[in-house]
Amino acid sequence: MLSRFAPRAFAAPVRSNAARFTPALRTVTTDAASSHVEKSDVPQEDDKPFQVRLNDEAFETYELDPPPYTLETTKKELKQMYYDMVAVRRMEMAADRLYKEKKIRGFCHLSTGQEAVAVGIEHAITKQDHLITAYRCHGFAMMRGGTVRSIIGELLGRREGIAYGKGGSMHMFSTGFYGGNGIVGAQVPVGAGIAFANKYEEKDNVTLALYGDGASNQGQVFEAFNMAALWKLPVIFGCENNKYGMGTAANRAAALTDYYKRGQYIPGLKINGMDVLAVKAAVKYGKEYCSAGNGPLVYEYVTYRYGGHSMSDPGTTYRTREEIQRMRSTNDPIAGLKQKLIDWGVTTEEELKGIDKEARSHVDEEVAAAEAMPPPEPTPEVLYEDIYVRGSEPQFLRGRIPEENFYYPERPVQVPKSPAQT
Amino acid sequence: MVGARLLRPAAQLLRSSPSAFPKSSFQRVAAPAAASRWRGYATGTKEMTVREALNEAMVEEMEKNPKVFVLGEEVAQYNGAYKVTKGLLDRFGDKRVIDSPITESGFCGLTVGAALAGLHPVCEFMTFNFAMQAIDQIINSAAKTHYMSGGIQPCNITFRGPNGFAAGVAAQHSQDYSAWYGSIPGLKVVAPYSAEDAKGLLKAAIRDPNPVCVLENELLYGLPFQVSEEVQSDDFVIPFGKAKIERPGKDLTIVTLSRCVGQSLVAAEQLKSKYGVEAEVINLRSIKPLDVEAIIKSVKKTGHMMAVESGFPSFGVGAELIALTAEYAFDYLEAPPVRVTGAEVPTPYAQKLEEMAFPTEHLIADYAAKLLRV
Ligand SMILES: Cc1ncc(C[n+]2csc(CCOP(=O)(O)OP(=O)(O)O)c2C)c(N)n1
Ligand SMILES: [Mg+2]
Repeated sequence: MLSRFAPRAFAAPVRSNAARFTPALRTVTTDAASSHVEKSDVPQEDDKPFQVRLNDEAFETYELDPPPYTLETTKKELKQMYYDMVAVRRMEMAADRLYKEKKIRGFCHLSTGQEAVAVGIEHAITKQDHLITAYRCHGFAMMRGGTVRSIIGELLGRREGIAYGKGGSMHMFSTGFYGGNGIVGAQVPVGAGIAFANKYEEKDNVTLALYGDGASNQGQVFEAFNMAALWKLPVIFGCENNKYGMGTAANRAAALTDYYKRGQYIPGLKINGMDVLAVKAAVKYGKEYCSAGNGPLVYEYVTYRYGGHSMSDPGTTYRTREEIQRMRSTNDPIAGLKQKLIDWGVTTEEELKGIDKEARSHVDEEVAAAEAMPPPEPTPEVLYEDIYVRGSEPQFLRGRIPEENFYYPERPVQVPKSPAQT
Repeated sequence: MVGARLLRPAAQLLRSSPSAFPKSSFQRVAAPAAASRWRGYATGTKEMTVREALNEAMVEEMEKNPKVFVLGEEVAQYNGAYKVTKGLLDRFGDKRVIDSPITESGFCGLTVGAALAGLHPVCEFMTFNFAMQAIDQIINSAAKTHYMSGGIQPCNITFRGPNGFAAGVAAQHSQDYSAWYGSIPGLKVVAPYSAEDAKGLLKAAIRDPNPVCVLENELLYGLPFQVSEEVQSDDFVIPFGKAKIERPGKDLTIVTLSRCVGQSLVAAEQLKSKYGVEAEVINLRSIKPLDVEAIIKSVKKTGHMMAVESGFPSFGVGAELIALTAEYAFDYLEAPPVRVTGAEVPTPYAQKLEEMAFPTEHLIADYAAKLLRV
């Protein structure tokens, strides 16, 4: 597979947009170990840039010139990406365990298998860029800067959880991160609004509005597309196509499953979402595109969730075990990157094992710390705090009975500095 | 125009003819008699969960009437997110049991259209939290059309799904919409508690020629109840607008609905064992129409009224119940009517906080004791 490329291919200029005219013949691969670099071109130094050549099948375009198939990176960054994906997975595995131990309540949606999307995006943007997603948000919360301790703490309903125990699994906010949203599709126009504000304030940043293949059918997604195109908003709409919305296969819910074409009048790009390098390259390109005032893009990250929709779904009634097994064994984003890093001589199996261990022990420590954190005090002060901005509350809010009515203290208005508004 | 007007009584008759609606629930039935009949059955009873009762109601109505179909997210191949529609696809095929994309406003509008054109859709919302995406179609397209058309365009549709408190799912997935829908003229709204309620009310909803919201509760789905032979029959319907006295009593009237019925029954037992007080627990069953008569009758007897519900207190079901009691039964009251409700707070995730935000059996009993000064 790799040998299909000429040794110098990575130095080739940006690909022509020939792909645009033959989309039906090509499908984006989800093969994670599909990029290429010559061993001899990998520098000794950890932070010296070099170029990697992305797989020929990393992208498919719709009314768009494809991104460059070369990506500048460093050994350090590659190893960081590897670490990040492993850490996200370890954290999700910890959540899985804690849920099964009945320490996590309600819904819990894991992103195991989809790590390359959150990690690839983060490596292409800065904290000045903004991101909003749905309830499958733990990995994004972590990549945006949430600590494992605060995320797991939230799942455990702890006072020092990322949302102080008020939000739980689906609602997390962080630097340049607007959640963590539970209503399928609703975050998409909200994402367009974030981009609107950024444009209004003349900020040179991009907003990523993520949603699932199932969510892509919500009417308001198309309403957001229209406004974003009309007003040339700097937003990259991003469909994380993991092939299923709950138990419904994508083709049973969508008349057109080419999600990157569903912006119709908005250029689109389909990306191998199991390849963290392809994701990074695509988002980097999209950020430049939006910065140049070209308006929105519609991205489709082709990915796969290994587990059920949420912890209560075994995830095996609507798809075969073989399908899951095949994706895990041939398309895994972590194993894929690992293979590349070894093939390219960026690192050794040994060093990667060390990174695995480091990620694991970091997550384990953080989880232990989270478990040791106390839950919120069950007092009216805590229950009623933060329904309104402090100091701007009504005189009182009603309890279950009048005796439980909560009277707010007089205090100056303290509008919080949103961590998301960077 | 005049001609059309003159023709209307006949048209109306035709619409409600027995052949079109065999056991129509909108025809008045003497509920108290019927209720005691159901309760009297000892032999031939069987255990049934609320989930099974809802399922059976749909099966029976679909068998009876080919115009009935079920549409919603995950209702067919997945057997329902909460397995309420289990087996329907196998039994009735994909023409009548349809998995919808996640597009509430769209599929709700579509089912409303199908109802306008003569079908009798059962539109399932995975939960009523997601029906907020579609509330415009429910209210503006379904509830108001019959009136706006001067009575010439009916809309026989059933909106159903879990409503209200659900455990550990935080603010966006745990809200009670009873008061929202209950305030809309043109809609009928019911909230089953037991398996009997679930079966009888859902069947009545499907048969009713108006738009009906059936507000179920996820935490009740798995609860087993004894159901009589009559309930098991495929002709069993519960008339709307008739409350059920779940527990008779002489000292206090507790008016409640949905999951809070069970909590109130437990509280009533506590009141009895602790204070020897007999609370009458009235299960509303139907929010719109609302059985004001049952409340007045009970308050006349007890002199004390307490509403128990889990929605937000402001402008809520409890507020309405107290207002009605004040309007119609003021002279019988020996103390001001009171309400136990959800707290005025978006549902928090952490368990101990969540517990503080909804009525508990303990709180109901304690507050009742306080009201009765026992
Ligand atoms: C408006 C709305 N409808 C339904 C749901 C219930 N629900 C939660 S997730 C989900 C499936 C979404 O699938 P997809 O968009 O593909 O995202 P994925 O879970 O695969 O990440 C559904 C139906 C909801 N949360 N909000
Ligand atoms: Mg999906």
